[in-house]
Amino acid sequence: MKAKGTVFKYGDNIDTDGIIPARYLNTSDCRELAKNCMKDIDPSFVKKIKKGDIIVANRNFGCGSSREHAPIAIKTCGVSCVIARSFARIFYRNAINIGLPILECAEAANNIENADEVEVDLSTGIIHNLTKDQIYNAQTFPEFIQEIIKANGLINHIKKTLAKNTFEERK
Amino acid sequence: MGMTMTQKILAAHSGQESVKAGQLIQANLDLVFGNDITSPFAIKEFYRIGVDKVFDKAKVAIVLDHFTPNKDIEAAEQCKMIRQFAREKEIENFYDVGEMGIEHVLLPEKGLVVPGDVVVGADSHTCTYGALGAFSTGVGSTDMAAGMATGKCWFRVPSALKFVLEGKPSMFVGGKDVILHIIGMIGVNGAWYKSIEFVGDGLRHLSMDSRFTIANMAIEAGGKNAIFPVDDKILEYVRGHSTKPYKIFEPDGDAVYDEVYEINMDALRPTVAFPHLPDNVRPIDEVCDIRIDQVVIGSCTNGRMEDLRMAARLLKGKKVAKNVRVIIIPATQSIYLQALEEGLISTFIQAGAVVSTPTCGPCLGGHMGVLAKGEKAIATTNRNFVGRMGHPESEVYLASPAVAAASAVTGRITNPEEIED
Repeated sequence: MKAKGTVFKYGDNIDTDGIIPARYLNTSDCRELAKNCMKDIDPSFVKKIKKGDIIVANRNFGCGSSREHAPIAIKTCGVSCVIARSFARIFYRNAINIGLPILECAEAANNIENADEVEVDLSTGIIHNLTKDQIYNAQTFPEFIQEIIKANGLINHIKKTLAKNTFEERK
Repeated sequence: MGMTMTQKILAAHSGQESVKAGQLIQANLDLVFGNDITSPFAIKEFYRIGVDKVFDKAKVAIVLDHFTPNKDIEAAEQCKMIRQFAREKEIENFYDVGEMGIEHVLLPEKGLVVPGDVVVGADSHTCTYGALGAFSTGVGSTDMAAGMATGKCWFRVPSALKFVLEGKPSMFVGGKDVILHIIGMIGVNGAWYKSIEFVGDGLRHLSMDSRFTIANMAIEAGGKNAIFPVDDKILEYVRGHSTKPYKIFEPDGDAVYDEVYEINMDALRPTVAFPHLPDNVRPIDEVCDIRIDQVVIGSCTNGRMEDLRMAARLLKGKKVAKNVRVIIIPATQSIYLQALEEGLISTFIQAGAVVSTPTCGPCLGGHMGVLAKGEKAIATTNRNFVGRMGHPESEVYLASPAVAAASAVTGRITNPEEIED
């Protein structure tokens, strides 16, 4: 699975209030949430973002609230992948659970600049900066998390496991 | 290699003799819950799994506390959908307007969390229950859905930081100042993915209310959970609120910690976190003339009896400063009632403050005290990110109820020692 797009670059500690302000959490309509993505920290984000584009940030991306609305808003905007030096733990879980591809890579966070063109191989974690012609290697996920990603999120993973258990009970 | 207190609880809940930091486990849950913001997504995902019922009707809780009493039509529709789900799935611990309070104050009060429990909540401040010697951590809506369906959740076993608390905090230094000091010391990702375990002689000087405040803000240092050793104060609280069986876990003598920090609480000063991160802290003595437009006293961090008593002590017989709006929010109905019986509510109203029904409202800029462009608030809440309480160009300063109440009287951020007669 590959992602390719233009980079929107951010710094440290991008919090979930910045990704989707709480005043827009009175809905669970993904398209409504996407309209207000990054509103308070980058008001032009939703106007400029194109399908496939990539967010690159530094440390602790997604800190703060547990709102799954944050990765959902990013995913619904068309973002194909978020690369950061590190993610806050609840955002990390939520992104994996809803099937938003994320990669941890300090080298990419250091070298990629705003508006660079980047291609990411999500299965190998290889990040190719087409603008600078540089390659960075992201950390791979533990096997258990890879299974969730392969199933396209936690709910599908559980459905599969439940179906398998029922099948085995019937045997 | 010995285990930390958190690791011992996680081992016992995943059927293993021992676990070590970094290991991925599936743990059995004693409680899974959400609120009116996070539950709608969880309910949609729950239906997608295709099971008929929740794993245990007594071990699921939903609290409608963020945008309630409903602030607009959209919020009302969200809550309506949750109410239908709660009825349909016969959720035993469903708290709606009239019974509801701020979730992290309400659930311990209702006796739903006891020492040794594993709790997940679709709210980042779920780490609050570490004050009861339980492992509890915030998750998202999908985790809540999976937890409601299966009674399990996956975790990466955390390593831990140990904080040794010594000494006795002075009159106007409370749990809020302790935790703001710690966050300032280690930074907003200083406890990233880790447990924060508290020990030390100083714990005997910290009330349960103060401990809830401290554990509540572990997430503001990036922590997975915070946890207190089970002592007489915790057991007294549990006996007064719960009939659930509990289990006491203690860290091994040879448990390994990433870092050990010692904090002398004698030396702590009232502490204020400046915009726009909770680690941007200064002792009150270094705060110069900052005029405020609004004061908020409440939230899952500081809406408990100790907090209201402190605020009332400083507001009694005084008036709030001209052009300052003061909003006081008891965190649960029983706290509200207790405050009424103790005369605190009269004190607040006579001083010129407003008192609200329990809600998270202003803390996250939802309703009941949203800030306009350029306005400044001092709040006993937990986050001061850009736009947290309203307009992206407004500012939130985080502090204790004592500092917030003193500031209400003077109209600028004030050391409570200054106004105490």
